Amino acid sequence: MNNVFVYCEIDKYTIEEVSCELLTKGRKLANELGVQLEAIAAGHGITGKVEKEILSYGVDKLHVFDDERLYPYTSKPHTSILVNLFKQEQPQICLMGATVIGRDLGPRVSSSLHSGLTADCTSLEIGDYDDRKSGKHYEGLLYQIRPAFGGNIVATIVNPDNRPQMATVRSGVMKAEKVAEYYNGEIIYQEVAKFVPDTDYVVKVLERHVEKANNNLKGAPIVVAGGYGVGSKENFDLLRKLADELHGEVGASRAAVDAGFCEHDLQIGQTGVTVRPKVYIACGISGAIQHVAGMRESGIVISINTDPDAPINQIADYVITGSVEEVIPKMIKYYKENSK
Amino acid sequence: MSLKIVVLAKQVPDTRNVGKDAMTPEGTVNRAALPAIFNPEDLNALEQALRLKDQHPGSTVTILTMGPPRATDVIREGLFRGADDGVLLTDRAFAGADTLATSYALSQAIKKIGMPDIVIGGRQAIDGDTAQVGPQVAQKLDLNQVTYVTTIESVTDGVITLVRTIDGGIERVQAPLPILLTVNGNAAPCRPRNAKLVMKYKRALAPMERPADGTLPYAEEYDKKPYLNVTQWSVADVDGDLAQCGLAGSPTKVKAVQNIVFKAKESKRLTAADAEIEGLMKELLESHTIG
Repeated sequence: MNNVFVYCEIDKYTIEEVSCELLTKGRKLANELGVQLEAIAAGHGITGKVEKEILSYGVDKLHVFDDERLYPYTSKPHTSILVNLFKQEQPQICLMGATVIGRDLGPRVSSSLHSGLTADCTSLEIGDYDDRKSGKHYEGLLYQIRPAFGGNIVATIVNPDNRPQMATVRSGVMKAEKVAEYYNGEIIYQEVAKFVPDTDYVVKVLERHVEKANNNLKGAPIVVAGGYGVGSKENFDLLRKLADELHGEVGASRAAVDAGFCEHDLQIGQTGVTVRPKVYIACGISGAIQHVAGMRESGIVISINTDPDAPINQIADYVITGSVEEVIPKMIKYYKENSK
Repeated sequence: MSLKIVVLAKQVPDTRNVGKDAMTPEGTVNRAALPAIFNPEDLNALEQALRLKDQHPGSTVTILTMGPPRATDVIREGLFRGADDGVLLTDRAFAGADTLATSYALSQAIKKIGMPDIVIGGRQAIDGDTAQVGPQVAQKLDLNQVTYVTTIESVTDGVITLVRTIDGGIERVQAPLPILLTVNGNAAPCRPRNAKLVMKYKRALAPMERPADGTLPYAEEYDKKPYLNVTQWSVADVDGDLAQCGLAGSPTKVKAVQNIVFKAKESKRLTAADAEIEGLMKELLESHTIG
């Protein structure tokens, strides 16, 4: 009762990265609240394949649902699993990935349980809340923090009265960290038929084509991004070297993509990928608002630009006035010299 | 087989083209600088509905929207493109609704319209980006559901076949009607307005849009042409439980809102000199920012 639950997304037998990130966050929240962390794994043939890894994130109780009709994911059966399990277990918090699956499933569960759901949270914290209207004081609520209004504001949302407090979080926003290789949690193999009526299996997946993304830009902790100011394809390779050295990924502004310096799938910004790395190194990027929209939640921004008045410098923590060709090799050199 | 289709549409502030004047100097949203538009993915949904109507003669497409009286723009826009009629859900008691309270109101209205074969809407609205209302409506009406739809291949004998986007790929799925679908922005764009339909519906009004002083231009037309009177429903009209509507029916509360202003950060200014770059890299390594 009253525990923190995480819905684990499982692609065949692989636990999605976002679920590991949420288990890590869920563990922290459970510690803060003094409750247990529970996880749900639903799929086909997962028994014996996913338990150890899920538990290693500090899961106290894992509910496994294994049935050939639970993979690939369809809305109704997974909804019934969560709804019926939650009616029984009464969790106070439920987290899931802001993925295609999480965004399909979360709203149905919240609608059925009449609980509040906040999509695409960028931060989750525990805190108190005073309701001005009723004068009621609430302790230990989940603060669900998310950008809103096209990213122009950041709102903190709470669900004072309804349980579970539900939130989805995008992949890469939080960090996955195992508690122990062998964490001693309880595993419960649930009888699927007790949770899912046969009438739920109505949507049939006829075909499925999934390709692994050839970059990990979204989840990268460090992004080295180039703009038109990089000047050439060859100079873009310098960015790749720096990114490799820092274990980061390369991104680009639209101008760099249009100029043919790199592939389209590297584009960061309103019409490309949104990134929120710990460190964002903007190389020769002027900083159009559409680009900034895709990176403004980055931790530390370092701007390398020959123009000391480039707009992006306004939001940069470090501004290096100089050319990409000159600065990047020096960064690589001094990183190597000092990192050992 | 003719289909009864309800399109869920929302009027939203155009947050995509946020210009410099979108935020006031105080850091609040300058609503006047953001025009109200038909939510883009709802237009993709409307197109799918209209295509089904073309393929299945006798089908009807009803636009359902919730909002203030000016949201009737969305219904008119739908009529101009080929929808048959529209319903405006408007009531002060609906105000301040989160996604759950919104889905309650919409599902009550759909019940009153009469159970459709297909409820279809955009994947998400650009002012909230939550993608929640569609699935929440589906659950309330116990409908089947497929989200992130890009193409509807066919509807035959009460079974719909479609293609949807999933993380990193696509999926082809089949499901029985009745069903709720949400449509992705990469689906076909909506057809343009039809000039004849614009002429026919340009004076369509919801009751609350009529001038309060009774000076309605072309007043006689509204009696002769009933299709110019857009259906408007209140909480009572849809048999709504006030405790589930608007702010009162919303489990989520906004605790705080922080405005993001492009305020100049205090940046450290460096040159490309060796000592300065070395100093920076050392600083970042020491703080474990990198490495």
